[in-house]
Amino acid sequence: MHYHATAHHFRGFVLWASTFARCNYPCAMDDEALLQRILAGDREAFVELVERYQTSLVRVARYYVKNEASAEDVAQDTWIAVLKGLERFEGRSSFKTWLFRIAANRARKTGTREHRVINLDPTDPVASARFNSQGMWIEVPAPFTDFIDAKLANAEVVEACREAIRLLPEPQQSVVTLRDVEGLSTSEVSHLLDLSEANTRVLLHRGRAKVREALEGKLKGGYSWH
Amino acid sequence: MALTKEITCHQAVALVSDYLDGALSRRERRRLEHHLAGCDACSAYLDQMKVTIALSGSVSPEDLPEKALTDLMEVFENFQRDRNDEGD
Ligand SMILES: [Zn+2]
Repeated sequence: MHYHATAHHFRGFVLWASTFARCNYPCAMDDEALLQRILAGDREAFVELVERYQTSLVRVARYYVKNEASAEDVAQDTWIAVLKGLERFEGRSSFKTWLFRIAANRARKTGTREHRVINLDPTDPVASARFNSQGMWIEVPAPFTDFIDAKLANAEVVEACREAIRLLPEPQQSVVTLRDVEGLSTSEVSHLLDLSEANTRVLLHRGRAKVREALEGKLKGGYSWH
Repeated sequence: MALTKEITCHQAVALVSDYLDGALSRRERRRLEHHLAGCDACSAYLDQMKVTIALSGSVSPEDLPEKALTDLMEVFENFQRDRNDEGD
């Protein structure tokens, strides 16, 4: 067995993944173009922008406030603030960063969260049971790109990934959503969630490891590629 | 004799996430790359992690509940009305 073709496989995979892509890849219409259309009074453009970000906005808000309803209120206030501020938005930061900053600020003000104890989740993200006493793999992992190359992949895998993220405990879920789903930088994520960068990295590592594990189970468990 | 201190597979996988984010120190990165060069299993793990991250980036937004959309449409209509009023 050799995996030296990994880089090649990975490029192929990225091409494949871009068929499901949202905004981490070039997409139908980028944010800036939507903003221009919104300023021109285009309602459809606003709907598109809302649909793009609402889920993540509510998730970030939920990180600070006590229930889902308050989180939705924060998201709605965020959109009001966005529309009001749109003409003054200078595009010096990306729209995405600006949007999430507004949401985090509003959620912080609304939030009743007291001194939060960050749960870094001390359990080993890759089960120790997978390694022997010398720290070597007992059962060797197989590259996912082998599966993905085997047949054209399927929205089902992406769905499994979404579900795995949804099942992550907080604050891992918010960290993975902002970093990997929305593509913000680790530094931006740490500011939005009031975490140190070091803690953000630990949470990201653990969250990613869990999503990876879920996908491994999915891909191994007799997944049929048609 | 290896100049780089050897790490185990268990230690290597703990570095993968930071490695992909370019967040390792030079020394850690060298140790990990040295390990990966000789370890198919951890290279496979690295591949799995890359795919996991790429898949997360392709998760599309969930459909919004009807209520949320209606509320937000109202927000937009108000915004338009206010702008038009200002314009008059
Ligand atoms: Zn190894």
